[in-house]
Amino acid sequence: MSRRKTAEKFRRNLFIILVFIFLFLPIGVLVLYSFNTSKMNILFEGFTFDWYVELFKNENLLDAFKNTLLIAIISTLISTIIGTASAIGLKKYNFFGKNIIEKLIYIPIVMPEIVLGIALLSSFTLVNLNLGLFSVLISHIAFSIPFVITSVRSALDTLPPEYEEAAEDLGAGKFKTLFYVLLPLIKPGIVSGALLSFTLSLDDVVISFFTAGPGTNTLPLYIYSVIKTGITPDVNALTTLMLIVTATILTISAFNQSRKITSRGGGLR
Amino acid sequence: MRKKPKLSLFRFLMTFPAILYCLGLILLPILYIFFLSFLTSDSYGGFTYDFTLNNYAEIFDPTYILMFLKSSGIALVVTFLALLISYPFAIFLMDKSEKSQNLLIKLVMIPFLTNSLIRTYGWIILLRKNGLINSALLSTGLISVPLSLMYNTFGIIIGMTYTLLPFMILPVYSAVSKVDKNLVAAAKDLGASKWKVFKEVYLPLTLSGAFNGSLMVFIPAIGYFFIADILGGGKVMIIGNLIKNQFLTARNWPFGAALSVFLLLLTFLLLKVYKKIGGRLDELGGGA
Repeated sequence: MSRRKTAEKFRRNLFIILVFIFLFLPIGVLVLYSFNTSKMNILFEGFTFDWYVELFKNENLLDAFKNTLLIAIISTLISTIIGTASAIGLKKYNFFGKNIIEKLIYIPIVMPEIVLGIALLSSFTLVNLNLGLFSVLISHIAFSIPFVITSVRSALDTLPPEYEEAAEDLGAGKFKTLFYVLLPLIKPGIVSGALLSFTLSLDDVVISFFTAGPGTNTLPLYIYSVIKTGITPDVNALTTLMLIVTATILTISAFNQSRKITSRGGGLR
Repeated sequence: MRKKPKLSLFRFLMTFPAILYCLGLILLPILYIFFLSFLTSDSYGGFTYDFTLNNYAEIFDPTYILMFLKSSGIALVVTFLALLISYPFAIFLMDKSEKSQNLLIKLVMIPFLTNSLIRTYGWIILLRKNGLINSALLSTGLISVPLSLMYNTFGIIIGMTYTLLPFMILPVYSAVSKVDKNLVAAAKDLGASKWKVFKEVYLPLTLSGAFNGSLMVFIPAIGYFFIADILGGGKVMIIGNLIKNQFLTARNWPFGAALSVFLLLLTFLLLKVYKKIGGRLDELGGGA
């Protein structure tokens, strides 16, 4: 009996390990080949750090990465602020058209990215907004806000109203209650919403593709332009650095979060 | 809700951005492509304000119907594969402590901290004729001629399943973790087989989570033109490629808009089903 149980446990763990191998294989290969002396990304010939040096000479690639990172950071900041405010507003207040707004706001999560991309592209053309980094930024804000709202909303829903009521009874104004009571309490929800929006922005290809316009240099557009002619390992080197940086950010915030709350409800969703 | 609604700066700041956002960045763009889909394209890449239903009629051209079927077929296979991986993964994860569960779920997200185009490139290194998988298989003597693992539908399915898998794992895991463990234990005590436990306990209780994940996988899979481009080698066109071409190369915006409206209607239809089986809008895409 116990041998059968051990075998069963082994099979289950093996399955979990296989899933992780599947998930990590492509990026594992990219990281490995960033240390490859060959330019071709085909055979591993020898170990080198040269591509990390090359990376800092490839101005186009660096520029693309800088733009992508900048868009990710700014869009995360703005969508986190708007998303948090909206989640609070939708929870607290009734206003004209609220039930329509509450339905509309989830549409970008579920609508095909390509449709959102071309809808934004068409609308930008309609209002004569020049396509470029700014239009990409607006678009990233547009698809991130709903994810922040969902995340903050679930934090708000688990919050007993007594905290706010107590603060207001004790004479704190609305803004004081917001900054000293409400926001600290729903911080895990805000942080996970922000992380999600940062990840989505870095990861995005489709929306950027349509809203960037010709001549704009962001990471997915750069890679798209070189993928057919062959990618040089400096892209692998960049990927490796990106992973290290973003994984560190994620680990630190996850650590901070798990220290602060023991109950579930936050976390990356 | 509260006392009398009165105008205040606070209230304005909490509600106005949401309203502005919904109107300007959701409603206007959707209405505008709806409007565009009834216009007539001219031969210069622009369009004239002659209202027509031709763009919708064109969708029913056999070529496009076939493409739509192929595209949906690929998306269905991808969704099914993602379910096939996510369910056992989520259920097996239940044996672990809550702490390791949290850690492993976060680990699922790590590869996604790069860019999906970069990860797709990782698959090229693995899948191509002289790629790692073929080299490994050749050197072990399992095959004597390299397999065609990409520049075909197979490559697209692998790439899409990979890229979209987390969007299935997260809602399925979240649904599975809410299933009462006593029910599972009771079913096992009463002699139910593993398959029966899954079919009678897990599946009915996690249906909306699974549908949530299926939506988040199926819908993007119809549109992910870049995976079809890169891993399909331009040989396999999905609806996403067709829409992209209408906007960027063929420059027939009205037809592209009609295709988009069509996709949007399909999305709303699927959402209706999702709500019917008890799914909630605010759980879409996550589901904690």
